[in-house]
Amino acid sequence: MNAFSTIVLRDLRVAFRRFSELANPLLFFVIVVSLFPLALSPTADVLRTVGTGVLWVSALLSSLLTLDALFRGDAEDGSLEQLLLSPVPLGLAVLAKIAAHWLVTVLPLMCLVPLLAATFDVPARALPTLAFALLLATPTLSVLVGLGAALTVSLKRGGSIAGLLILPLAGPLLIFGTRATDLSVNGEATAAPLYLLAALAAFALSLGPAAIAAALRVGLE
Amino acid sequence: MPLPRWFHLLGSPPFVYRLTSRLGPWLGGAGCLLLAVGGYWALAVAPPDYQQGEVYRIIYIHPQTAYVAMMAYVVMAVAAGIGFVWRIKLAHAAAVSAAPIGASFTFCALVTGSIWGRPTWGTFWAWGDPRIMFETLLLFLFLGYLVLRAAFDDRDKADRVSAILAVVGVVNVPIIHYSVIWWNTLHQGPTLLAEGGPAMTNDMLVPFLIMFAGFTLFFYWLLLTRLQGEIVERERDTRWIQELVAGSRA
Amino acid sequence: MLRARGLAIWRGERCLFEGLDFELGPGQLALVVGPNGAGKTTLLRVLAGLAQPTSGRVTWGDSPVDALAGERRAEIAYRGHLDGLKKDLTVTENLAFHSALFLGRTAVEPLLAEIELARAADTRARYLSAGQRRRAALAALKLAPAKLWLLDEPMTNLDSAGRALVVAWTRAHLQAGGSAVVATHQPDEFVAHGAIVIEL
Repeated sequence: MNAFSTIVLRDLRVAFRRFSELANPLLFFVIVVSLFPLALSPTADVLRTVGTGVLWVSALLSSLLTLDALFRGDAEDGSLEQLLLSPVPLGLAVLAKIAAHWLVTVLPLMCLVPLLAATFDVPARALPTLAFALLLATPTLSVLVGLGAALTVSLKRGGSIAGLLILPLAGPLLIFGTRATDLSVNGEATAAPLYLLAALAAFALSLGPAAIAAALRVGLE
Repeated sequence: MPLPRWFHLLGSPPFVYRLTSRLGPWLGGAGCLLLAVGGYWALAVAPPDYQQGEVYRIIYIHPQTAYVAMMAYVVMAVAAGIGFVWRIKLAHAAAVSAAPIGASFTFCALVTGSIWGRPTWGTFWAWGDPRIMFETLLLFLFLGYLVLRAAFDDRDKADRVSAILAVVGVVNVPIIHYSVIWWNTLHQGPTLLAEGGPAMTNDMLVPFLIMFAGFTLFFYWLLLTRLQGEIVERERDTRWIQELVAGSRA
Repeated sequence: MLRARGLAIWRGERCLFEGLDFELGPGQLALVVGPNGAGKTTLLRVLAGLAQPTSGRVTWGDSPVDALAGERRAEIAYRGHLDGLKKDLTVTENLAFHSALFLGRTAVEPLLAEIELARAADTRARYLSAGQRRRAALAALKLAPAKLWLLDEPMTNLDSAGRALVVAWTRAHLQAGGSAVVATHQPDEFVAHGAIVIEL
């Protein structure tokens, strides 16, 4: 079994040993989404207009919740150090950890989105596009979360700053993701923003791990 | 990696300090002069625009501050990158000097833009406009760089970690520039670099460029001044700084 | 062959040491001694390539130690103050992961018997005592055959049997042609002839 899958499986195993914590971002997501209709006037028109945006923003904020867990645990028990010292290229190891994080945190969030979208009266024909846009946008999001986590790995209360750093960078994802969803709600062609999301994902996945690895090395010095 | 000799000189704090002391006043003087001349020309001499009337005169401030902000970011990112790869502390000093200036210019660009936007587009802030969004992202990147630095106790670590953020964020600069070409935005297309030459008549183009040059020189003057202060602060325990301070007190 | 040339380490404004030169060949042991805060841990991390010295260079063979990659990277094993064990995984799972990562060839089970953790094999690391975790961490040394061992105060938390084990393993490693740098407060326990002593 190669190094990538070894690391992914280990991270999955560790995550599932703390099963109750897996639910936190999901619960947070549902709660945040529910707050919006309480704050806005919950008429069908308003909800339909803000629905896609609310879902995307809430998903973004929820994935930030697990940011600290990505590298801080490993940094504190010394396993990150050993990863740096292993024959595995750090970029690959980073990609493996991000993949595991995506599977454990982001994928469940994505599965909840269509359910919650229905409560905002997002039409069914828009759901495949919504799901596909999320599929394309979330890898970039995971890389950004990884970057924020890596930059702040040696800080004691790094999580709050990491959010400040990442949220602006996630702006373009929101722009294209909601645009794609809104276009499909209106029945228009969605190719353009989806292509852009795919391009961002390719960019993030190829260059992101190198930046994250550099940040981890500096953080552990 | 081997470096040319002048690179080594540029890594020496006393040398750079003397260089900035000598260059600074010239840049500042020239910059302020150009801004004064350009400002007078822009406000008093240049004719009003046939479409927008007098309010168009923000064109002599807004694009310039926006472009200087982008240039400031590139300066910061390049300096931080050099400092990271070759471990030159002075490069990090330059980056941290550029950040607050860049943030201020970005803020000015956004404010002058919204002042311009109110009468022309009908709104102070067009949330969906890509260029505005990416320029705002630029402001957050500057602030993020400074906030990240402040969180570290060890200055070397602060330098190097924030350098990574600076370099990653530089991808935003070409996006801001090309956003008006890639998307249909409220912003007009490129004026200076448009195909077929500048899309402006000479009596508007000249003050436009003068203000451009003025703001650029002004930025570099501010940068060198801040850099001097940063050098003094970082080197405060060394002998050459203490002699300098003692000498200036005498 | 580990080579250190002109190593200097500053912490902030304070110089911990400078001008450190030494060479370590196969079968050689270097003991790093000094009071707390003298820079022993920093020195070992620099030798491992985890940290950068203020000046000077460290090379392993012919490459700088922070540029090692792949199998050459695995020739150096570093054990610091942290155990490197995931608290939610069992001892066996932790060691199996380490072995897979470092391309180890030794079997995990007999090793557990040797470090007297056979009965705790399926216990999650969070329920082990500090001494047991330290044994497990040190066991990882035997899992992946590394030529250079860098051990930062390996005797911490170990009882006398554990300390004897560390000494015995180090001796066996040296006899097999490996080298080791050990930071320790108890250099006498290593009773090694011709060991280089680096005093900080």
